[in-house]
Amino acid sequence: MATDTLIHKEEEVSNWDGGGEPFKASYGKLMMWYFLLSDTFTFAGFLIAYGSLIFSMPTWPVPDFVFSTLPGGFHHKPLIFVTIMTFVLLASSYTMVRAVQEGQQSNKGGVVRWMLLTIVGGAMFLGCQAWEWNTLIAGEHMTVTTNPFGTHLHNGEYLEGDGRDIKAGDKFKAGTTYLIHKDDGVWNQLEYKITEGELAGETRKLDFGPKAFGALFFFITGFHGFHVLSGVAFLLIIMLNAAAGMYEKRNNKYEMVEKIGLYWHFVDLVWVFVFLLFYLL
Amino acid sequence: MGHSYSESKAIANKTIIILGIITIFEVCFALLGKGYLVHGFHMPHWLIGGVMIILSLVKAYLIIYEFMHMKYEVPDLVKTVLLPVILLVWAIIAFSMEGNYWQNRRAIEGKIEVPGNR
Repeated sequence: MATDTLIHKEEEVSNWDGGGEPFKASYGKLMMWYFLLSDTFTFAGFLIAYGSLIFSMPTWPVPDFVFSTLPGGFHHKPLIFVTIMTFVLLASSYTMVRAVQEGQQSNKGGVVRWMLLTIVGGAMFLGCQAWEWNTLIAGEHMTVTTNPFGTHLHNGEYLEGDGRDIKAGDKFKAGTTYLIHKDDGVWNQLEYKITEGELAGETRKLDFGPKAFGALFFFITGFHGFHVLSGVAFLLIIMLNAAAGMYEKRNNKYEMVEKIGLYWHFVDLVWVFVFLLFYLL
Repeated sequence: MGHSYSESKAIANKTIIILGIITIFEVCFALLGKGYLVHGFHMPHWLIGGVMIILSLVKAYLIIYEFMHMKYEVPDLVKTVLLPVILLVWAIIAFSMEGNYWQNRRAIEGKIEVPGNR
């Protein structure tokens, strides 16, 4: 009886004197958590810049207008493609959880199979992101310094068409986003007339949108995409190591798979917030 | 941890289904609120924004606590990782308000045109 209470008391006091694990987590796992925390601060830095700039601008491109294309030539399908990307990454997080669970059963075959599915998911996401970038850069000529997506400040009427969706005489309301097309290397900044308010009657040309939009979009999605890419690389290495039996020998329930799993879920988590801030709000 | 293999699989299955449903709801809500599903129907921006943020926080909770296993970690470890994130939430809100102040100053000084509804 006396020894029982003594043992119980010793377990209550966590060991901070060295040589123990006060958080009951291995060094590698703990340091992965703190690396992810530091990475969160880095991403937050970008998002803070985004927040301060977006609120300092009178207008900002409306995401459901900018991101409304689908592979196969579909237009005017707002947010569908990025939703697909979100599902791909969520599914790869699920397959990662299954891989870790197989690792806890020390089931080598299961670990390799589920990690392979995770890698496929990550690669699909990268392919989608590359398609999105290509559409914006090659199709719509958006760069880090040029943003052809603008938003109207006033209600008005177009005085000329652009040969696509806009015809001369089309009316628009303040708050609608437009795209300045580039035809044969020349920007087609359409003329329009303001029809309401103090400036009614004034003729103007479509102006480029906030420069920061392009820079922020490419840097934030690029930085996230870089994390997905490095995640896929690490997943591949660890999967091959697992298949070769390296982690079997360590007899630690495939803790390495658990650690890279934490990184992969972090990548998914960042995407949840990028998806929210860039596309939904 | 205390969960058997089949129990763990069941929890993972349940979590991914909930995450999927929340995502579909988020997107449908956003499209509905912006007038794409019912022609001419518009929800105020703060309502769409509020619902989106809350749902994304639910998704974040599910990913961190279940997928990343934070629920089963020692409470002190949880605190050392999650409490610093509150500083970031504060920073994002503070800098967004700062940005809004920049816009108001530019508008007062006549340097930019501001839409009538701001």
